[in-house]
Amino acid sequence: MRVMAQMGMVMNLDKCIGCHTCSVTCKQAWTNRTGVEYVWFNNVETRPGQGYPRTYEDQEKWKGGWEVGRNGKLRLRTGSRLKRLLTIFSNPIQPSIDDYYEPWTYDYETLTNAPLQEHTPVARPRSLLSNEPMKVEWSANWDDDLGGAPELTQADPVLQKISAQVKQQFEQTYMFYLPRICEHCINPSCAASCPSGAIYKREEDGIVLVDQDRCRGWRMCVTGCPYKKVYFNHRTGKAEKCTFCFPRVEVGIPTVCSETCVGRLRYIGVVLYDADRVLEAASTPDEQDLYQAQRSVLLDPDDPQVVRAAEQAGIPRDWIDAAQRSPIHALINRYEVALPLHPEYRTMPMVWYIPPLSPVVDALTGTGHDGEDAGNIFGAIESLRIPVEYLAELFTAGDTGRVTGVLRKLGAMRSYMRDLNLGRPADESIAAAVGMTGRDIQDMHRLLAVAKYDERYVIPTAHAEQGPEREEYDSGCSLDYDGGPGMGGWGPFGETSGGSTPIAVENFHMLAARQTTDTLAAPGDREQRVNLLNWDGKGSPVGLFPPQPHERPGPHGEDGGGVGPDSPAVTDPKP
Amino acid sequence: MNALDVVLWVILPYISLAVFVVGHYWRYRYDKFGWTTRSTQLYERRLLRWGSPLFHFGILFVLLGHVMGLGIPKSWTDAVGLSEQTYHALAIGVGAIAGIGTLAGLAILIYRRRTVGPVFSATTKNDKLMYVVLTATILFGMSNTVLGVLGHEGVDYRDTVSPWFRSIFYFSPDPELMREAGLGFQLHALSALVLFAIWPFTRLVHVFSAPLGYFTRPYIVYRSRDTELGNRAAPRGWDRVGGGRR
Repeated sequence: MRVMAQMGMVMNLDKCIGCHTCSVTCKQAWTNRTGVEYVWFNNVETRPGQGYPRTYEDQEKWKGGWEVGRNGKLRLRTGSRLKRLLTIFSNPIQPSIDDYYEPWTYDYETLTNAPLQEHTPVARPRSLLSNEPMKVEWSANWDDDLGGAPELTQADPVLQKISAQVKQQFEQTYMFYLPRICEHCINPSCAASCPSGAIYKREEDGIVLVDQDRCRGWRMCVTGCPYKKVYFNHRTGKAEKCTFCFPRVEVGIPTVCSETCVGRLRYIGVVLYDADRVLEAASTPDEQDLYQAQRSVLLDPDDPQVVRAAEQAGIPRDWIDAAQRSPIHALINRYEVALPLHPEYRTMPMVWYIPPLSPVVDALTGTGHDGEDAGNIFGAIESLRIPVEYLAELFTAGDTGRVTGVLRKLGAMRSYMRDLNLGRPADESIAAAVGMTGRDIQDMHRLLAVAKYDERYVIPTAHAEQGPEREEYDSGCSLDYDGGPGMGGWGPFGETSGGSTPIAVENFHMLAARQTTDTLAAPGDREQRVNLLNWDGKGSPVGLFPPQPHERPGPHGEDGGGVGPDSPAVTDPKP
Repeated sequence: MNALDVVLWVILPYISLAVFVVGHYWRYRYDKFGWTTRSTQLYERRLLRWGSPLFHFGILFVLLGHVMGLGIPKSWTDAVGLSEQTYHALAIGVGAIAGIGTLAGLAILIYRRRTVGPVFSATTKNDKLMYVVLTATILFGMSNTVLGVLGHEGVDYRDTVSPWFRSIFYFSPDPELMREAGLGFQLHALSALVLFAIWPFTRLVHVFSAPLGYFTRPYIVYRSRDTELGNRAAPRGWDRVGGGRR
């Protein structure tokens, strides 16, 4: 047994309202730069729908992830190492920008420069790639809320897999939201595809990162990842991906997407797993057994043997404690209500989902039945408006039994808790019907419904003595970089040359620029945008929200040069 | 031997090769982040699909041909009984195919670079300079081969260019050899020397990242958080008891 720790996330889809706050704050924090305009480390898809990039789940086409070969061995879907190297000059199956979308901006200057004319001037869209006027025809969530259905929706690869009968039921429209980030897989196929070995999995927390200094832009990772969550920065020529907000997680605060989630549907925690059994589990012949196989790789942190092995493997005590209190371990292995996204890709993803149940209660109530009565709910789950087959294609490689089991648990929880809320005696038979005890159900209810910040996010901090340099710690002294590439501008080979700028230096400059800026908002100068990495959700950083009337005069306004919403032309004197 | 010959065939090669070697070392130390292929496949893939493999595989064979032609002395091939005619038929046959592939690929790639909007706007001045020098070098080289095929062989490059090239590396360069080589070979050699001199400062550095290590490394790379991302070693300030855990 070789115990390793892994950061993971669980999202409760019942609570997702599709507001895209996670996507927007993530973009603000990580991808508001040129070169990654089209990149969303976090995106929210409406299902059924094509997803982002379009139809990424069709692995016959995109060849992401692993497959089991005829000899029973695990291999990448793109073929052998030699084959990948031979196609290195032109990757035949890399999505092009049209599969994501061509990023654009608007010609806002026209609005202020246009001469006096009869008609109102219009800000036309312009491509951010070629700077030419363009027609906006697609984006990261073009089919949001079933926009363009049913034509666009028919291309959904998941929908195409399920039977014709379910497709017909699709006439009774249903939808739900699926927020996606990088899965930080235990068996990452992006890392396996990288010819340069630049993508690595961190030993301490399992976060998968791209070493920007080693990446040579061969683009094989983009194809290798079945979730299409590694992106090519077309400006720097390097791959970029979701970082699980490691600078935040290392100091114990949750990722930006979790922090800002309106529905509070995300849970972050640590699991322990047995690294020696990963390959065997990922090679499980039957796709529908992969869910169980992955669960069996995750270890029980309360087992004294596991704890001893973890200590021997050098996992710090507070990490083991965190694994024992981990909300994601509870949801995955104790209550068994969380399911992995597309386990059939065999990458052992570590962002899991609790499938949505919501419409069932309303639907039952609508037909005149008691929507929260246990008997009614159990009976209705099979005929849910969101077809169980659809959920099963997403979460269990088509095994509807598993999904039904989870939905029954969620239904039982509602029923059982309603009795308690109404002051009626608890009906233990409801709990027993789904193989749980009343105590379990109440604990699960607490975790799913009322869990507070520190119960949803159990994040042990990084240990400085383990790897000497936490990123923030390492780059703590920005003076080291005085005159270096971090302290202003780039090297002689253009914008992206020279060393990569440490995060702390970048933050320092952003803060400094914001504090000394001349104008309230200067979209031309990217460095003045608010860096959400600096925000832990408390207080309000300068520039994040428009100034309130009582805040005037402005932050530097000791001489009364206030900057308010009604005086945008007034500039703030520099200190 | 006049002064110009010495400048062109003795001084220039050493400057060029020194810049090539030191430049790469410096660029790697200073600009790992800028060391990339700068692929534009994201913008356009239909033309790239033909142009890029044609060019890259072509130029790899051209490189192989140069290693043989410049690196292996005539006496060696004579010793193994390879006749002059066979050698030339072989060299010109393979060389012509590889050269045509390279040129066709290059033509497609340059056409693509100029006509596809996003690719054109991603082209830097540095790229343009590199394209000019690279294309010139390939065209000069190719014209030598074509002239050879047409039977206008003035001089045998294996008696002139090759010994001169080798002589650079044993530090007794003989400019006389190049003076006899003829204008075609002289122009090809000169543009190649310029190309070597600008090489480390262009995107051509990606040649040296050919990922051959991929064949031997394990699929999944694990790394500790992290000794390499930061730019300076952290002060430790204490000694670990009983050795490290890794």
